[in-house]
Amino acid sequence: MRKVAVVGVGMTKFSGKQDKTAVELFAEAAVDAINESGLKPANIQALFLGNALGDFAEGQAQLQAFVADYIGAPFIPANRYENACASSSAAFRDAFMWVASGFYDIVLVGGAETAAKMGTPLATRTFAMASDSRYEYPCGITFPGVFALLAHLYARKYNVPLEKLKYQMALVSVNSHYYGARNPKAQFQKEITVDDVLSSFMVCQPLQLYDCCPFSDGGSAVVLACEEKARKLTDKPVYVAGVGQASAGNLMSQKDYLPRLRSRELSAEQAYRMAGLTPKDIDVIELHDCFSIATLIALECLGFFEYGKSGEAVEKGETKVGGKIAVNPSGGLKSKGHPIGATGTAQVYEIVRQLRGECGERQVDGAKIGMTDTLGGDGGTLCNIILKRGW
Amino acid sequence: MELKLSFKDYNEALKQNKLLGLRCKQCNAITVPPKIACGGCASTDMDIVQLSGKGSIQTFTTVFVPPEGREPEAPYIIVLVELDEGPWLMGNLVGVDPNKVTMEIVGKRVMMGHAVFPGDKYSAGEEARPVFSLEA
Repeated sequence: MRKVAVVGVGMTKFSGKQDKTAVELFAEAAVDAINESGLKPANIQALFLGNALGDFAEGQAQLQAFVADYIGAPFIPANRYENACASSSAAFRDAFMWVASGFYDIVLVGGAETAAKMGTPLATRTFAMASDSRYEYPCGITFPGVFALLAHLYARKYNVPLEKLKYQMALVSVNSHYYGARNPKAQFQKEITVDDVLSSFMVCQPLQLYDCCPFSDGGSAVVLACEEKARKLTDKPVYVAGVGQASAGNLMSQKDYLPRLRSRELSAEQAYRMAGLTPKDIDVIELHDCFSIATLIALECLGFFEYGKSGEAVEKGETKVGGKIAVNPSGGLKSKGHPIGATGTAQVYEIVRQLRGECGERQVDGAKIGMTDTLGGDGGTLCNIILKRGW
Repeated sequence: MELKLSFKDYNEALKQNKLLGLRCKQCNAITVPPKIACGGCASTDMDIVQLSGKGSIQTFTTVFVPPEGREPEAPYIIVLVELDEGPWLMGNLVGVDPNKVTMEIVGKRVMMGHAVFPGDKYSAGEEARPVFSLEA
């Protein structure tokens, strides 16, 4: 396998409902990524595009073909990845493997989504399509509902009083907004308090509005190149050190593990093993904080803290920039926004810029190794990517 | 190979308040909802069995923000129940005020009935789901 590097990244500002289509949002991010890499659209050999709900948001399937044409790379092979909220991370992993294998030298990977455009009722319905339509959806399950079930399970399994857990979860959201306020690409650029979280309306007990990420529109893109090309293109190549991916069936089928998500543990294990690294080596992580409780669960499954203990770590400030592990300096899904198909490669965007030292006020000093963590459905897809400075 | 227990047959039984599962002839594990392969050992050598529909609540939530089309049902309670036979099953909980339910409900014994989601323009048609109530 060849070494593969990120040589260019781009993302739009993430936002609520706006006028641009998913094709247009992806194109803005893609042109930025291609320009940053010093390449031309004609150099792109293939496109790997994450998009989960274009069919419902815009009546647009197969947007990868239109995207390729729209950005000036017509006729290249283009595939769409639908892995719910992990779509562009799954696309990234496959794109990486095709370049690593030697089949392609330069590819474009990314994602786009216009979920905010759908409005809350339709967005809630279509997101729920990533649950089991036969055995879960008839109960009226929603995504906040899934993580609300996990929050109560977490409180019970680890014997954390619900009130204490809710405070720790609120701190997760406060941290997200602190960093989002320092990210010009974030959907919400304002700080919030624990009281704001605990006084917001109840979405799915015990998750309140500020425990939940928003519906968002946005696009993100990454150019990947083999080592030989990367060295000619940039003196700051960011290498893909490890990747992992795993899947799981519906929530009921995961009963032996919950509230742990086994797919995450397996995916992370693959990524660490491939990179020859352990959680201690990671300087910064962008993890899938779709809900505040999701951060606590992720931190444990990824090996940063013991099971049941990550809430205390958050209370001690260990997840802040400068703490034991810098978590979501971009503001995460909660504050930066979560245009689901675009989320994975937007996490890559942040990590790459952190490793290059380009993040200003929210910069993790001297970050050399970063990781992403992206979840689709109720653990249905889990992807992890470990990125490393190449200089 | 032919399915031993299809969604359709499982669903039709659920509409009669009968919970059907599959017992593996190799490892004895119960798989419910049905799969073509045993949830325990992946064997396809399984028999259909009727389960008690009784168990205990493991976790719950009240949904206040429902998906499109489910607005008249909200707020409603969703539970994960550990069946006496071992597997976990997702269902709704009735007979408890969704606005007042607390962690106290966890561990309570329940028995299964059903309700039918009539389907919407995105779904493949009508689908039953377990509806639990507290054991007297």
